[in-house]
Amino acid sequence: MPLRHDLTSVLVIGSGPIVIGQACEFDYSGTQACRVLRSEGLRVILINSNPATIMTDPDIADATYVEPIDPDVIETIIEKERPDALLPTLGGQTALNAAIALHDAGVLEKYGVELIGADVDAIQRGEDRQKFKDIAEACGAEVARSAICHTLDEALAAAEELNYPVVVRPSFTMGGLGSGMAYDEADLRRIAGAGLSDSITHEVLLEESILGWKEYELELMRDNKDNVVVVCSIENVDPVGVHTGDSITVAPALTLTDREYQSMRDIGIAIIRAVGVDTGGCNIQFAVDPKTGRIITIEMNPRVSRSSALASKATGFPIAKMAAKLAVGYSLDEIPNDITKVTPASFEPTLDYVVVKIPRFTFEKFPAADPTLTTTMKSVGEVMALGRNFTTALQKAMRSLEQKGSSFSWTDLPDVSDDVRESVLEAISHATADRIHSVQRGLAAGLSAAEVFDACEIDPWYLDQIQLINEVAAHIRDAAELDEQVLRVAKNHGFSDEQIAGLRSLDTSVVTGIRHALRVRPVFKTVDTCAGEFEAKTPYHYSSYDSETEVMPRDRPAVIILGSGPNRIGQGIEFDYSCVHATMAIGSAGYETIMVNCNPETVSTDYDTADRLYFEPLTFEDVMEVYHAELAAGEVLGVVCTLGGQTPLGLADKLKAAGVPVLGTQPEAIDLAEDRGEFGTVLERAGLTAPKHGTAVTSAEAAAIAENIGYPVLVRPSYVLGGRGMQIVYDRTQLFDYMASATEISTDRPVLVDRFLEDAIEIDVDALYDGNEVYIGGIMEHIEEAGIHSGDSACVLPSLTLGEDVLERVRQGTKAIAEGVGVRGLLNIQFAIAADVLHVIEANPRASRTVPFVSKATSTQLAKAAALIAVGRTIDDLRGDLLAAEGDGSTLPLDHPIAVKEAVLPFRRFTTVDGKIVDSILGPEMRSTGEVMGIDHNFPTAFAKGLLGASVKLPTSGTVFVSVADRDKRAMVLPVKELVDMGFDVVATTGTAAVLSRYGIKTTQVHKHFEADAEDRTVIDYLTAGTIDMVINVPSGRQERADGYEIRAAATANSVPLITTLAEFAAAVTSLEVIRDSKFDVRSLQDWSA
Amino acid sequence: MSFSTTPAVLVLEDGRTFHGSAYGQLGETTGEAVFVTAMSGYQETLTDPSYHRQIIIQAAPHIGNTGVNRTDDESARIWAAGYVVRDASRISSNWRSEGDLVDWLTESGIVGISDVDTRALTRHLRDKGAMRVGIFSGPAAEAPESELLARVQASPQMAGANLVDEVSVTEPTLVPARGEKRFSVAAVDLGIKSMTPERLSERGIDVHVLPSTISFEQIRALGVDGVFFSNGPGDPATADDQVELLRAVLDAGMPFFGICFGNQLLGRALGFGTYKLPFGHRGINVPVMDRTTGKVEITSQNHGFAVDAPLTGETIAPHKADYGRVTVSHVCLNDDVVEGLACLDIPAFSVQFHPEAAAGPHDSSYLFDRFVDLMSASQADSAAQA
Repeated sequence: MPLRHDLTSVLVIGSGPIVIGQACEFDYSGTQACRVLRSEGLRVILINSNPATIMTDPDIADATYVEPIDPDVIETIIEKERPDALLPTLGGQTALNAAIALHDAGVLEKYGVELIGADVDAIQRGEDRQKFKDIAEACGAEVARSAICHTLDEALAAAEELNYPVVVRPSFTMGGLGSGMAYDEADLRRIAGAGLSDSITHEVLLEESILGWKEYELELMRDNKDNVVVVCSIENVDPVGVHTGDSITVAPALTLTDREYQSMRDIGIAIIRAVGVDTGGCNIQFAVDPKTGRIITIEMNPRVSRSSALASKATGFPIAKMAAKLAVGYSLDEIPNDITKVTPASFEPTLDYVVVKIPRFTFEKFPAADPTLTTTMKSVGEVMALGRNFTTALQKAMRSLEQKGSSFSWTDLPDVSDDVRESVLEAISHATADRIHSVQRGLAAGLSAAEVFDACEIDPWYLDQIQLINEVAAHIRDAAELDEQVLRVAKNHGFSDEQIAGLRSLDTSVVTGIRHALRVRPVFKTVDTCAGEFEAKTPYHYSSYDSETEVMPRDRPAVIILGSGPNRIGQGIEFDYSCVHATMAIGSAGYETIMVNCNPETVSTDYDTADRLYFEPLTFEDVMEVYHAELAAGEVLGVVCTLGGQTPLGLADKLKAAGVPVLGTQPEAIDLAEDRGEFGTVLERAGLTAPKHGTAVTSAEAAAIAENIGYPVLVRPSYVLGGRGMQIVYDRTQLFDYMASATEISTDRPVLVDRFLEDAIEIDVDALYDGNEVYIGGIMEHIEEAGIHSGDSACVLPSLTLGEDVLERVRQGTKAIAEGVGVRGLLNIQFAIAADVLHVIEANPRASRTVPFVSKATSTQLAKAAALIAVGRTIDDLRGDLLAAEGDGSTLPLDHPIAVKEAVLPFRRFTTVDGKIVDSILGPEMRSTGEVMGIDHNFPTAFAKGLLGASVKLPTSGTVFVSVADRDKRAMVLPVKELVDMGFDVVATTGTAAVLSRYGIKTTQVHKHFEADAEDRTVIDYLTAGTIDMVINVPSGRQERADGYEIRAAATANSVPLITTLAEFAAAVTSLEVIRDSKFDVRSLQDWSA
Repeated sequence: MSFSTTPAVLVLEDGRTFHGSAYGQLGETTGEAVFVTAMSGYQETLTDPSYHRQIIIQAAPHIGNTGVNRTDDESARIWAAGYVVRDASRISSNWRSEGDLVDWLTESGIVGISDVDTRALTRHLRDKGAMRVGIFSGPAAEAPESELLARVQASPQMAGANLVDEVSVTEPTLVPARGEKRFSVAAVDLGIKSMTPERLSERGIDVHVLPSTISFEQIRALGVDGVFFSNGPGDPATADDQVELLRAVLDAGMPFFGICFGNQLLGRALGFGTYKLPFGHRGINVPVMDRTTGKVEITSQNHGFAVDAPLTGETIAPHKADYGRVTVSHVCLNDDVVEGLACLDIPAFSVQFHPEAAAGPHDSSYLFDRFVDLMSASQADSAAQA
C-alpha cells in the first residue's frame, strides 16, 4: 500500500532529556522519522523538551515544541495543532508512556487523533508481562516460569514457589530500572519494594533465574502487508544477568547454528504478529540454555529501541526511517534499500564483518555506588566498532572507549598460583565493567579457558578469541623483529600501534614508522547490508587490514569532522549536535564532509549526515589512517577538532604536529587557554581578574598555595571535562586527603588550586570570534551559586539579574580573551561575580555543552557559524542568516522569551553495596546525564517547565519538608512563608522548625532519621508513607552533607521532588505561584522566532 | 603459538590471485567460484549437493564456530569442491557439536584456504561474473602462478555441465511418512537435500527418493500421488533425460512440485529456456514476492541458472498447448529473476528457491502445503471422475 493520503499532519513525541537507558539514539531515530514524514508532505508537529537534539532544530519539524513531555502539555499542543495522527514509537519509553496516558485520559479520542505505528492494545500486549507471557506461549515459545505480583506479600509467596534466586522486573520502565536479581528474602523486599513504586502500574514480575544462559536479541520489522524481516541478530557476550545495555554485544550472533538461529527467528516472527505490531520495529530478547539449546523468550519492546539504533548502525538498515515510512502506509517492498538503492527494503541484511558494542560506565562519578552490573542499566554511553573479525572489532571498540586502561594490556598480570587462583576466579565470576580485562589477564596469566568459563559462563568461543589476542600479544612480544608478518598478524587482530609499542618496549611513533615503512596500512571496507552482493552507493566505511580498499576518489575538497566518541557525563549529545551542525554547514559551503566517530547512538553516525562516514575509534592512529586514505582520494582542506568536546580537542596538537591542517582555533590557542601562566598573562593584559590560584604537584605545594590564597579552595586535575575529580576543600586535612587520592599527578598534569568564591553568581558565556569581531551567543546566569558544576546547575538566558554594567564587562572581557587566546570559532567562558567583582573562572576555546541551548533560546545557529568561521567566513558574512542581523545574544530585548536549562540527574540508578541510593547532592563534579529547556515569557513559568521537563513535578498543594543549614536559615524564611501562604503544610527538623516558629510560621516538627525513638516517626517514615510532597534539604558547604543523606536518598527513592539549594528553592516558589493558577501555554520555536 | 601457516594460493580464471593459509586438506582443487552470503549454516551449505564442483567462498568471516554435528548434514558428504573462508574457528562451541569443521574438511579431502580477503573476492565475482578458480596449498602452491592459472583455465566450465547423475542416489530409498500417511511421492534425486523429504514426511507423505535415471514407468509402478524434482548441480540445459521424464509426468496429469533445479526443469519441460546468471543467488536473505498473495518471503537460495519466462501475464506453455497457461508465480525482488512457475491448467508448480531452507528461513514452508493441497485436489478430481 502506498502513502496514506488521509493524513496531513502527525505529532511526534521525542524522548526528552538524556537519561540512562534512553540516550541520543532517540534523537537519531526521531530525526530520521521527522525527515521522512516531512518528505512525504506531512506537517510534522514535534514535542521534545531536550534542546540539545537535532530533532528540535526548527527546520526538522514544521512546529517544534520544546516543552515538557507531560500529558497535560501534550493535550494543549493537540488542542492547538489538531494533528491527524500521533506517532509514539520513536521516542522511547517516554513517548510510549505519554501516548498511553493520552489514550487512557481520552484525549486522543476527544481530538480524533489516530495512533499510528502501534496501537494501545499492541503496546500493552508487548509491555504487560502477563499478556506477553500468554502470547509467547500461544506462539509455541517458552517463557521463564514467573509470577505477576502487585504487593510485596504476593512477591514473597511467589519467590518460594519459583526458588531463589529470582529476577524482579517492574512493568513499564525503561533500561531495566528497578529490576534486579534477588538471592534471598531481604534482596526481594528491597528490589520488589522499589520496583512496585517505579512501575506506573505498580506491578512487578518475578521470574525463575536463567543466570548464565546465553542472551540474544532480534530486531524485527513488520509492515501493513504482514511482511516481517529480521534486521539484525545481536549476541550478548555477557551471559544473562547483565542488562543488555550494560553488556558487551556482538552482531551478528556468532555462536548459533542455523537451526538454533532459525528457531529464534520463527518465534520472533510469530510473536511480532501475535502482539500485533502492525507497522514498525520491535525488539525481542531471548535466552538460550548453553547445555540444551532450550530457548526462552525474555521480553519484547514494541517500538524503536536503543538496540534498534545499534542494529541500524551495525547493518546499514535504518530501522527508524523505515518505521516512519511504514507508519504512513508504505510496505517494505515499496521502499528501496537505502544503501544499494536498487534492491528493496524487504530483505534481511547480511554482514561480512563483526560489530562489537561496549558500554561506557561512569562509576568514578559515584564512588559510593556498587559497580556490579545487574539487570538495571547503569552505563551512560556506548561505543561500536566494526572489524572483519571479532578480535579486531573488540579491540577497536575497547580503544574507542577512550578510558585509561580500556585496551588490553599485558603488564603486571595477576598471580594465579594455587593459593590465590580462587580469588582471581572469584573476581571473574562477578559481572563488572572490568570483567573482560580480568578474563583476558587471567587467561594471559595462565588460567585455563575451562576454569574461566566455569567462573563467568562467557561462551567458550569468545574466551578462545580473547586467548587468541593473548597469543598474538605473545607473538608480538617474542618475535625476533617487528617485521611485516608480525605486524600483519597484530593488525589483523586489532592491535593498535600503542599496544604493539607497549609489548616491544618501543615508542608508539617508532612502531608507526616501521609499519608505514613496511606499507602495512589499513584498507577501508563498506557497510553495504548485503555482504558485497550488490554495489553500495553510500560510503559508510570501517578499517580493515585486508587487501582491497573501497574508498572512492573525490573531486571536491573535503573537510574531516571529528566526533565526540562515546557519551559520558560531561560530554554527551550536545557535542554531537555541534558536530552534526558543522557537517551541515560545511557541506552547504561546497565541501565534501567526512565524519569520524564511534558512537552508534548519534545523528553524526547516521550515514546520511556526512558525505562519508568512517566508523572508527577517535585515536590519533585511527584518525591519521582515515586522513591518509582520504588524502589519497582527493584534496583534504583540514580537520575540525573544536566541536566534539575534549575527545577531538585532545588530538589537535598531535594532528597538527603530524602535518594535518587543523581548521578554526589552533591547538596553540587551546593550550594557551589551559596554561595557567600564559592565560593569566592574557587576563592581566585585558585587566581581568581570576580567582587566586596556583598549580601543585605535591601535597605540600598544594597546602602552601591554599594557605596563601585562603580556604576554601577548589581543587581539580588539569585537562578535564565535566569537573572530573573536582572538589571544594575547606581545610588542610581535606586537601591532603584529596591530594592522596588524586591519581596521575605529574608536572605535565598538575592539580589546579583555585580560591573558591562563596556566594558568587556564576555566568556562562558562549561566543564566536572570527579574528575581528566578537559575537556573544548568550550570557547565561546560573540559578545555583558558584560551586555547583555548570553542567548540573540550572541556568537562565537572557540573564535575570545582571545589570548593564556587568554585561558590558562580560562583553569586553569576552572580546579580550577571544583576541588574547586567538580563537577562531567558538569560545566558552565561565565568569563569577562575587562582591561585584567579575572573575574569570575558566575559558575554553571550543564548542561548549550549552551551544545548542543558546542557539535554540536565541534562534541562532552558533555551531554552524563556528564551522563556517573555521573555513574562512566572517561573522559579518553570517549575520541575518545563522546569526542575528544586528546585536547579539548579549543585547536581547526585554520582551525576548526566557529560556531555562535544567539538568537531569541519574542518582536513582546507582545504589550502594547495601542497596541504598547514592547521595543526590550537587557539587563541583558534574553528574547530570542530560538537560531540558523550558521557554516562556517569564522566568517562573520557564523554570517550572524546566523542572517538569526534568520530571520534577512541583506539587501545588500538600506537605513540604524543610531542613536548612544554619547559615541559610535567614534566607529560607521568606520562601517558606510564601509556601504557607499558598496553603502548604510545612514539616521541619528541630533547628529549622525553631527558626520558623520564631518568625511566626507554624510547622510540624519531625525527627531526623538518627533521632527517632521507639514511638516517634522520622522524616524517612513520612517519605516512605508518601505523606510528603516535596523536600527542601539544603546542607551547608561543610558539615551537614552526610547528615541529610538519608533524607535525600529516601526522597529520591520515592520520587519526591527534592531541592538542595536555596537558590533553586526560591526559584521554585516563584514558579509554584504561577503554576497554581493556570495550565502552561505552549508555543513552538518557529513561533518564538517569528 | 607461531602464527606461521602453510601457504595456500587462490587463482581465479582471469588471473587475479589471493594468498592465504592452507585450510583442510593440502593439495589442489578447481571448480566454479561462488560466494555465499549466509551468516549461518556452513554445515548445511557444505553438504548441499547443488555445490558439487563449486568452490564456496563464505562472505561471513567467522566459519566453524559451532563445529559440526550429525544432524545438520544435508547429504551424506561434503559436495563443495573447495572452501574459502576468512577466519577459520580454532574451537567449536555448541551443545550439539561433535567435532571441529577443519578436521571434517581434512578427513573429507576438501582443499580450502583461509585468511583471504573474502570481501574483495566476492566483489570481484559480483563485478566480473562467475568464473573458474583453483586453490593450491602446500607443495601444490609452490608452482609458478602462470602454471596454476593454466590449470584453472584447463578445468571444466559449469555451463554445459551435466552433473545430476554424479550426485543422485543409485538405489531408491524410502523416507516414511511421519504420523498418519496421507500421500506418497516420487522424489527424483537430482541432488536432493535431506531436509526436503523431511518436510514432506512431516506432512504425512511417504517419500520415495529415486535415482536421476529413473523411468516414468518405474515411477508409475510405485503408485505415487505426486512427483517431486529436487535441487541439484550443473547446467539445466544438459538434463534432457529428466526433462523428458517430467513431460511424461505432466502428460499423465500427475501433481508435480519442483525446487531449484526442479524449477528449471519444469521451465524447460513447459518449453522455456534457461540461462546462466552473472554470479547467481546464494544466500538466505533473498526477498521473493509470491504473486498470488502479494507477500514477500525471505528465502534461502542457491542457484546459478534461471528460467527465462515472461514475467507478466499468463503464457501458454510453449512446448505444448496441452499444458495450458503458465504464470511466473514468484519473482526475486532484488533483480526480477523468475523464482517460481505455476501451471494454471495442470497440477504442476515449482520454485527456484529453497522452501526446505536448511540453511535459511522457514517463510516458504507453506509451499509444501500447496503441494499437499494439489495432491488432495487431484485425488478429489479422480474420485469425482470415477
